[in-house]
Amino acid sequence: MSKRIDVNDLNVYYSKFRAVEGVSINIEAKSVTAFIGPSGCGKSTFLRTLNRMHEVIPGGRVEGEVLLDGDNLYAPGVDPVTVRSQIGMVFQRPNPFPTMSIRDNVLAGVKLNGKKIAKSDADALVEKSLRGANLWNEVKDRLDKPGAGLSGGQQQRLCIARTIAVKPDVILMDEPCSALDPISTLAIEDLINELKNDYTVVIVTHNMQQAARVSDKTAFFNIAGTGKPGKLIEYNDTATIFSNPAEQATEDYVSGRFG
Amino acid sequence: MKTDQDLAPKQPTPPSRKRNSLAKGKLPKWAIPATAAGSIILGAAASTLGGFAIATFAIYSALLFVIAATIITSLVEGNRRGKNALATYLVYGAFLLALIPLASVLYTVLQKGIPGINMHFLTSSMNGVTGAVDNATVENGTPVIGGAYHAVMGTLLITLWATLISVPVGMLTAIYLVEYGKGGPLSKAITFFVDVMTGIPSIVAGLFAAAFFGLLLGPNSRMGIVAAVALSVLMIPTVVRSTEEMLKIVPNELREASYALGVRRWRTILKVVIPTAISGIASGVTLAIARVIGETAPILVTAGIASNINLNVFADWMSTLPTFIYYQILTPTSPTNIDPSLQRAWAAALLLIVMVMALNLIARLVAKIFAPKNGR
Repeated sequence: MSKRIDVNDLNVYYSKFRAVEGVSINIEAKSVTAFIGPSGCGKSTFLRTLNRMHEVIPGGRVEGEVLLDGDNLYAPGVDPVTVRSQIGMVFQRPNPFPTMSIRDNVLAGVKLNGKKIAKSDADALVEKSLRGANLWNEVKDRLDKPGAGLSGGQQQRLCIARTIAVKPDVILMDEPCSALDPISTLAIEDLINELKNDYTVVIVTHNMQQAARVSDKTAFFNIAGTGKPGKLIEYNDTATIFSNPAEQATEDYVSGRFG
Repeated sequence: MKTDQDLAPKQPTPPSRKRNSLAKGKLPKWAIPATAAGSIILGAAASTLGGFAIATFAIYSALLFVIAATIITSLVEGNRRGKNALATYLVYGAFLLALIPLASVLYTVLQKGIPGINMHFLTSSMNGVTGAVDNATVENGTPVIGGAYHAVMGTLLITLWATLISVPVGMLTAIYLVEYGKGGPLSKAITFFVDVMTGIPSIVAGLFAAAFFGLLLGPNSRMGIVAAVALSVLMIPTVVRSTEEMLKIVPNELREASYALGVRRWRTILKVVIPTAISGIASGVTLAIARVIGETAPILVTAGIASNINLNVFADWMSTLPTFIYYQILTPTSPTNIDPSLQRAWAAALLLIVMVMALNLIARLVAKIFAPKNGR
């Protein structure tokens, strides 16, 4: 149920502007990988290329290959919709669908695709997904209430429940805690630790303590200057990145000397 | 040992006689109402000099009040407050000025229209009502015969068909502009021509529809559907514009959230974007209907005028409330006794206003029903 990702020499463009240059990285199945780096270094852009969300932006395109268990996501004839149903994504700001109830938000991946699902199956899926997102106990009595009425942290966990309801192999998280308070952040971090048992998790974060707490491996991205493409500087076990990095830039960043 | 309290300087008790250095003069509460009363009295006096009239009385009083209140405020409370008072009263004045035509129209239509509204007026047409009937009505003092049922039905049917044509066209255009076109040359061209369409005079739209169906079906092919096409020419740009605005404010994050769940674009638009924006779209459509329901000229050249009930928009002439009013006023049924015709016209005008108001209320209701809920 969980797959590995191998990226070979990936270049990411916005029209003519190269935003990310020459990234090669191997992400293990059932692990948590954190992307850190200063703002604008291309880590979110790179994350979005892993489930072909980058091309939603006008002018966005990619050169290179991204292999999901050996299958290239960018091979000709690959339907981005298939890719996205296997690689889910959680966004920076919680974005539950405002027109839907909590229950319908969890079932969104099924219902929006027009698939028929029996009520008992739907109930089971809702409960399983909400339990998986540590939200079940808080919302089980008000599943028919709008999802937008939850607190920010609950909304973000609802978005995670919505993502795992479509049973992806990989979950990408783009700064999932940056809009949340410390307690909600802790809840999400606990959740990430549990998700690791079933999914491959990739998380972009600005919070280095968070990267140190949740991830097995950490990738440090940096940018040479404004207008230059972002690059993957160093990728290693989280402990190594934070205690004994090979690159000076990484050490400067994780020790807070810049950025 | 000294505590912090001992170290702190003693709070000086404010002397009651000393003026607060932060405060400026303040007008007593009665000052502005008193100024208003004074201006009204002086205004009445001034207007009687040249023969009393409501209009001059109101204008003199308003001018006097604005000037006096501004001067008093700036003298007592300072220059800035004086300017603030001037701007405030001018804004209120503009509001009242804008309200005058509305109040006047409502008053006149209610006053002249209510006597004509009764079950007979609402349920019968003008079929068989001739000048002789009206003459007899006036001579015998019996209730006015003949009603606007055919015109009400004509209005509803033609507007319904116009809506059925414009809403799909307008909504699909807006969806293209927002979701697919994204500022390309085609979408820029469409936006430009939609803007041009907004400015088309309604009679031109009517002539277009008449000429178009004339080419297709031969000259003088007047019927309800031709009028509906003419009205939809007027409605489409409004629907496109309002739908476009509503789709634009749907946050992109919702689209991305849907894509990230592996949902196709058209399903995302259909099931996420449109439901999120539907309340605004619905009220925009209702306002577009309200705008065309009162059109007269394009109906006259496309659906003609009828005195009998015709519920088929695909054959024969039809009346709507505006054309009914127009004909009752311009060519009274009995040229010698025009009062019954006037009464029918005013009653129809009242009916039309009620219909438009009902549409506006429905728009608000629809917007409220469809709006994304935020309950906890």
